[in-house]
Amino acid sequence: MYNFNYQKATSRDDAISARSSADDGSYLAGGMTLIPTLKQRLAKPSDVIDLAAIDDLAGITDDGGAITIGAMTTHAAVANSDVVASKIPALAALAGHIGDPQVRNRGTIGGSIANNDPAADYPAGCVGLNATIITNKREISADDFFTDLFETVLEDGELITAVSFPVADKAAYAKFPNPASRYAIVGVMVAQTGGETRAAVTGASQSGVYRAADIEAALGDGLDAAAAKAVKVSADGLNSDIHASAEYRAHLISIMASRAATAAG
Amino acid sequence: MSETGIGAAVRRVEDKRFLTGRGKYIDDIDQRGQLYAWMLRSPHAHARINGVDTATASQAPGVVAIFTGADMAADEVGGIPCAWQIHNKDGSPMHEPPHPPLAVDKVRHVGDQVAVVIAETKAQARDAAELIAVDYDVLPAAIDMDLALADNASLVHDDVPNNLCFDWEIGDKDATEAAFAKADHVVSIDIVNNRLIPNAMEPRAAIAQYEPSNGNYTLHTTTQNPHVIRLLMGAFVLQIPEHKLRIIAPDVGGGFGSKIFHYAEEAILTWASAKVPQPIKWTAERSESFITDAHGRDHETHAELAMDKGGNFLGLRVSTKANIGAYLSTFGAAVPTYLHGTLMAGVYTTPAIYCEVKTVFTNTVPVDAYRGAGRPECTYLLERLVTKAAREIGMDPVEIRQKNMIQPDQFPYQTPVALEYDVGNYPASLDTALQASDYAGFEKRRAESESNDKRRGIGISTYIEACGIAPSAVAGALGARAGLYESAQVRVHPTGSVTVYTGSHSHGQGHETTFAQLVSESFGIPIEQVEIKHGDTGEVQFGMGTYGSRSIAVGGPAILKACNKIIDKATKIVAHILEASESDIEFKDGKFTVSGTDREMAFAEVSLAAYVPHNYPIEELEPGLDENAFYDPLNFSYPAGCHICEVEIDPETGDVDITNFTAVDDVGRVINPMIVEGQVHGGLAQGIGQALLEGCVYDDSGQLLTGSYMDYTMPRADNLPNLNVGTQSVLGASNPLEVKGVGEVGAIGSPPAVINAILDALAPLGVDDISMPATSAKVWQAIQNA
Ligand SMILES: Cc1cc2nc3c(=O)[nH]c(=O)nc-3n(C[C@H](O)[C@H](O)[C@H](O)COP(=O)(O)OP(=O)(O)OC[C@H]3O[C@@H](n4cnc5c(N)ncnc54)[C@H](O)[C@@H]3O)c2cc1C
Repeated sequence: MYNFNYQKATSRDDAISARSSADDGSYLAGGMTLIPTLKQRLAKPSDVIDLAAIDDLAGITDDGGAITIGAMTTHAAVANSDVVASKIPALAALAGHIGDPQVRNRGTIGGSIANNDPAADYPAGCVGLNATIITNKREISADDFFTDLFETVLEDGELITAVSFPVADKAAYAKFPNPASRYAIVGVMVAQTGGETRAAVTGASQSGVYRAADIEAALGDGLDAAAAKAVKVSADGLNSDIHASAEYRAHLISIMASRAATAAG
Repeated sequence: MSETGIGAAVRRVEDKRFLTGRGKYIDDIDQRGQLYAWMLRSPHAHARINGVDTATASQAPGVVAIFTGADMAADEVGGIPCAWQIHNKDGSPMHEPPHPPLAVDKVRHVGDQVAVVIAETKAQARDAAELIAVDYDVLPAAIDMDLALADNASLVHDDVPNNLCFDWEIGDKDATEAAFAKADHVVSIDIVNNRLIPNAMEPRAAIAQYEPSNGNYTLHTTTQNPHVIRLLMGAFVLQIPEHKLRIIAPDVGGGFGSKIFHYAEEAILTWASAKVPQPIKWTAERSESFITDAHGRDHETHAELAMDKGGNFLGLRVSTKANIGAYLSTFGAAVPTYLHGTLMAGVYTTPAIYCEVKTVFTNTVPVDAYRGAGRPECTYLLERLVTKAAREIGMDPVEIRQKNMIQPDQFPYQTPVALEYDVGNYPASLDTALQASDYAGFEKRRAESESNDKRRGIGISTYIEACGIAPSAVAGALGARAGLYESAQVRVHPTGSVTVYTGSHSHGQGHETTFAQLVSESFGIPIEQVEIKHGDTGEVQFGMGTYGSRSIAVGGPAILKACNKIIDKATKIVAHILEASESDIEFKDGKFTVSGTDREMAFAEVSLAAYVPHNYPIEELEPGLDENAFYDPLNFSYPAGCHICEVEIDPETGDVDITNFTAVDDVGRVINPMIVEGQVHGGLAQGIGQALLEGCVYDDSGQLLTGSYMDYTMPRADNLPNLNVGTQSVLGASNPLEVKGVGEVGAIGSPPAVINAILDALAPLGVDDISMPATSAKVWQAIQNA
């Protein structure tokens, strides 16, 4: 780790002003990505601004037709939330299978989506469930938020404050984990919300989370699992690494989509 | 028997400190005035060093000194030695290129150390290291063994042609050719034993300290064998005599072989500590462990089995290429040869065997012993081959084994590859395992799986291993440069409590309990009265350390021998005091009695009489009750057994689920059944890890692609089923404790059972081969390719 200034923000405004006055500041949420990056000396921020003490960034609220999750809410809190379990059980299940207990008790939804790891679970959750990302400046549809590997539309210093998920009629997430990291080799969120069917895929594409149009068409209104399984997904543009070939990922997309569809019922 | 004696499932006494965070590991220790070292390591697999510019770095805050290979060379520091010398087929010795602790003119693997920065804090040392400018000429890397052996290959060591360290053989080539000539069936297999990264929980660490007033050095280091480090580093590298060099290995958090070896960092720190002169601490980062701890396995083998019409084995021909990495590590040369080729008979009566091994230098981390060391590689190829043979001739895999097994009445059994097995009952282990795994009920379970669109398979491995790595004369004949006795000192204190100093080292095995149980049994005293000391050359007389499952098989009898010497002496003292003849004294349950009388002395009365006597046979005996023993076994010990694995595979994803795993191991006498079970569990986790999860991957340029837990898959609890383990022992015949060793059986026996089960499941789909680790991706691909 290189030296940096540590600042513990006490409010959203405090955090935003600390970030804007820093040469090269970085917000710190759960630290599950940022701290290892610092330890390996892969990043050299001048200032690290800790969001942990900002009370109103964490928590889950039930807005009737949607639930809103504060940016600093941990994966464990989402996984164990009664509200989430009753309104959008697929989301609770997704959070409950991120990493390991230590990671779930530190890692946050805001940190996860700001980071937009191409193998992370929440991006598929946000896109599949048609969530809205709320920042200190604006509200952004998940469809527009994730732009590329580790890239989002967030501007320099923009702070995610919450994510709002409309309550789905049906939804399930199926993940095939990487055996080593337990991130997703392929994860598919299948959801039907307000009559719209979505299948959002993480882990597979060279440009991060995306909606699989061919799978969505096959699933149709009835979430037809067999039809999803029968889709021959092209391996073009998919990742290939020591853990999985592009062909294997392509195959897993239809398998995971069909399993999610079955689970969503 | 005492309640804490042999056979009792005593809870591990060391766990109290481990579980309450009171273990004392090297990184927990700080010395007054301690500095910190950071190793600058090569980012290249192979490069010539034109120069190392430390000028700017030396000026960085907190820096005390920076040393390079040139500085150590100027001091005539020796190279890191190899403890085994292997000879080529033509009788010439293996190539032993120099291994300077800090690279001098070339770096030979990613992670090779180029300079050491010593500073007031670790962060300062690391900051300064980034300011060192190394002028490298990057050279092509030799990574793949076949390419490394080719005539145009880049040479890891300029004076080792074709990167061939040695070309070794064992067995009777002509007799084997003759066996193949008359065979009715020949079955062959090409097999890779995947390279593994050991991953002990505690990374390597060291603190070196030099005392200018008397020239004494103390090195705390994470080693499995402190006296071996003292010998190798003191005598060969730094020329420090034993009385001036103390090695301390306190609590060590796992080794699995990777902490046997003398590592460069130990010599660098010890040497530098006299230059500074202040204590210097170094603790590896996890990423450093991946690129500097010796790796394991990494064999490529072609093997053929000759059989007659009835499936009787006639001959075995094995040709192996073994990757030894960039440098010869301490045991590197022994692993693919005498720990591998000598086991090729397995548990079978194969009359003619020939095995040749080419050992190859590559631009990768040195490869050396890792839990099992050579024996898992041998077992894997034999048990895959035997299973394949059964399938090819249409015989049941149980029957082909039963038919060819050495029978209980054939011991001692001389194999065609040097070893003489002392005792065993292989058919009994197989039978027990078949029962315990409900082998007979398998087809029903298979049908159930198939009705759920799953594939089910069952796989068997009947293995043997050789433990102890002694007798010394045999080890010497096989190329060991030192005898491998073990030593013990048993010191009975005046009031009857006991301190044992053992040359074995415990880094998780539970010796403080097991060894105390031996003493408890011998003296009839509870283990609370016994303290086991190990790991400090300043306290323990001598020792060869812990590896090759030798602690109980060689270290244990040394303790027993010293205990017996104590009892002999105590008997003399009792005879004198009770005015009886020595031959009338009996020792039982902690009491000496004169037979046929009610005269007796308790153990503690005798010890008191031995130290502070009024009435003592001073002309015949010296006071005191403190005995030393060195023990060398009659033979290796031969644990053996049968592992049966059952898997269910999801053909849609290739996911392999181990539904049942049965291990029946013959480990000889069981001292502590709970510790034995724990050792088997750990070994199985590693063996199953090798079979399904773990695989070290280098790219063609020699960069490690599996350099962290994001990419290197360690087995986790949820990868394992409930393990069904048991022992079925024939008492050992090569040592007086009748033990065989248990540390490695799990890792040796299990990988082929897992792979045989997967292939059994996939055979109906036309899959006839899969390599380890059998990840879901690989299983799925194999199904697609079939
Ligand atoms: C061992 C391990 C296993 C894991 N497995 C999985 C897995 O299976 N699936 C999965 O999805 N993830 C996994 N993760 C990632 C984990 O879930 C975390 O979500 C992720 O590391 C980031 O969240 P964090 O709160 O720790 O963010 P941090 O590490 O603190 O921050 C990450 C980045 O986001 C920025 N940031 C944080 N909060 C905000 C905010 N409110 N507004 C703007 N920017 C912000 C930070 O500046 C930083 O750049 C794993 C991580 C580890 C270490």
